Amino acid sequence: MKYQSQKIALAYFIVAMALFAVQIIVGVTIGYIYLNPHFLADLTPFNVLRMLHTNSLIVWLLTGFFGATYYIIPEEAEREIESPAIAYLQLAILVLGTAGVVVTYLFDLFHGNFLLGKQGREFIEQPLWVQLGIIVAALMFLYNVTMTVLKGRKTAVANVLLLGLWGIAIFFLFVLYNPDNLSLDKMFWWWIVHLWVEGVWELVLAAILAFLMLKLTGVDREIVEKWIYGIAALSLFTGILGTGHHYYWIGTPGYWQWIGSIFSTLEVVPFFAMVLFAFTMVWKGQRNHPNKAAMLWALGCAVLAFFGAGIWGFLHTLAPVNYYTHGTQITMSHGHLAFYGAYVCINLAFITYAMPKLLGREPYNQVLNMVSFWVMSGGMAFITFALTFAGAVQVHLQRVQGNAFMEVQNQLGLFYMLREGAGVVVLIAVLLYLYTVFVPRTEEVISTQPAE
Amino acid sequence: MQTKSAARNIFFGGTIFFFVIFVGLVAHSYSYIVTTSTNVKTLTEAVAHGKKIWEENACIDCHTILGEGAYYAPELGNVCKRLGGKDAVMGMIEARQENEEDTRQMPNFNIKGKDLEDLAEFLCWTSTIKTQNWPPNEAG
Repeated sequence: MKYQSQKIALAYFIVAMALFAVQIIVGVTIGYIYLNPHFLADLTPFNVLRMLHTNSLIVWLLTGFFGATYYIIPEEAEREIESPAIAYLQLAILVLGTAGVVVTYLFDLFHGNFLLGKQGREFIEQPLWVQLGIIVAALMFLYNVTMTVLKGRKTAVANVLLLGLWGIAIFFLFVLYNPDNLSLDKMFWWWIVHLWVEGVWELVLAAILAFLMLKLTGVDREIVEKWIYGIAALSLFTGILGTGHHYYWIGTPGYWQWIGSIFSTLEVVPFFAMVLFAFTMVWKGQRNHPNKAAMLWALGCAVLAFFGAGIWGFLHTLAPVNYYTHGTQITMSHGHLAFYGAYVCINLAFITYAMPKLLGREPYNQVLNMVSFWVMSGGMAFITFALTFAGAVQVHLQRVQGNAFMEVQNQLGLFYMLREGAGVVVLIAVLLYLYTVFVPRTEEVISTQPAE
Repeated sequence: MQTKSAARNIFFGGTIFFFVIFVGLVAHSYSYIVTTSTNVKTLTEAVAHGKKIWEENACIDCHTILGEGAYYAPELGNVCKRLGGKDAVMGMIEARQENEEDTRQMPNFNIKGKDLEDLAEFLCWTSTIKTQNWPPNEAG
């Protein structure tokens, strides 16, 4: 850690990891409800738990991005963060908002109130006051990091990172627009959801990955920066019109079936470029960095994002295929591996890299950390396979043969059991990961050569 | 140095290019939605209020509507056609709220009276949206 204000990241990572634990615990609970639908049915119904599962995921990933940015920007701009006080205030607002959301969902407070009650559009169910708070926090954050960069060294990594973060804030403003016409509502709702995860989030992902490659492999900045602009370009060139794959069946014109099919197929390309980038950098790099676990997570991120977002996305993105798979367990399988591979892994990679520096110790607990990578990734892959098979059966029975929804669901029990078993394995791996990053050890298991 | 600034210029120029096309197509889609695929004349106060009821109870975090949602409970974009009209939809919601014997039990949201009727209005309006013939069959 070269700059004092990088320490801000530590507070963000602690919050992010706490929410990560909540997300997975709730996820395992939901998985159990699939097997025993009456579990908690009167206390906290499925929809409430599902909101907590998805919302905590989104918030912790963003909190992780904010933390990573506060860590990266000082090193890139070569100066301290403009105002650490603003950074901590921003975190306080986010924590307050998150607590407000949890309490509002759990106890259904202020039901129907336009300002204080939950709003109930998927993923953006937060009460309006929380959304306004998020916007304020985002503005504080953007001011803080943008000023730091403007007054300091300007690098491609910082540029792409900032552009991604500005995009996140700008597209989030669409939460304020909720037309009565469901088709219009859906069309612009995707401006938040798709243009985030298949657009500007990819820029953040590429920037964090590039920063890690710079530090871990010691490859020339010049080479890394060329790659990062290339990956960012591929992401947005394909991802923007790739939004079309959500415009097939919501009342939008038929031409989206062509545009969506073509451009979202090409969305595989930036993810493949990230795989090539990460492995080429490691191959070219001269540095033997002691933090092997961070390297494993970073490479794992590139590969799993390629499979989860790329391959599993392509699996059901062509319009004639999507006509049958839209809104089935196939979608679920893709959602789980894509979020895990791309955004969970990049956060865990960065935290694995930064935590020893933030806590002022060598990268101890590496072996256990790497074990947690394999167990967690194996578990997530198993969940994905189970849901993919469930989806294939569901598509045939429901979409081809026309059997009723619940009749079909009742036949998928085996897959849901397999999924739940793998979910428990993931939870164990998450607890193991948290232990390895937060609890210091006094000796390293594998001997490491001194860096460089 | 040369190639890096070229890469950057391609990135910014191309992004603007694709975003402008996207905005143009979305603008066209907007007018398609309000003139062709949805019926704005039948989008009454009741339908709008029904959508609020749909949202306030976070129905989408179990059900799907036009294929989007939580995949835990049946598709409702075509429920009005599947059950055969507004009254049947109202009857179904009432029955589901009270029946605790279902495999996947719907919570009792206590939706009744005008709220219940408007929710059904919203679902029946939704079933009139022209969705390129999705879903493939009545099962949704």
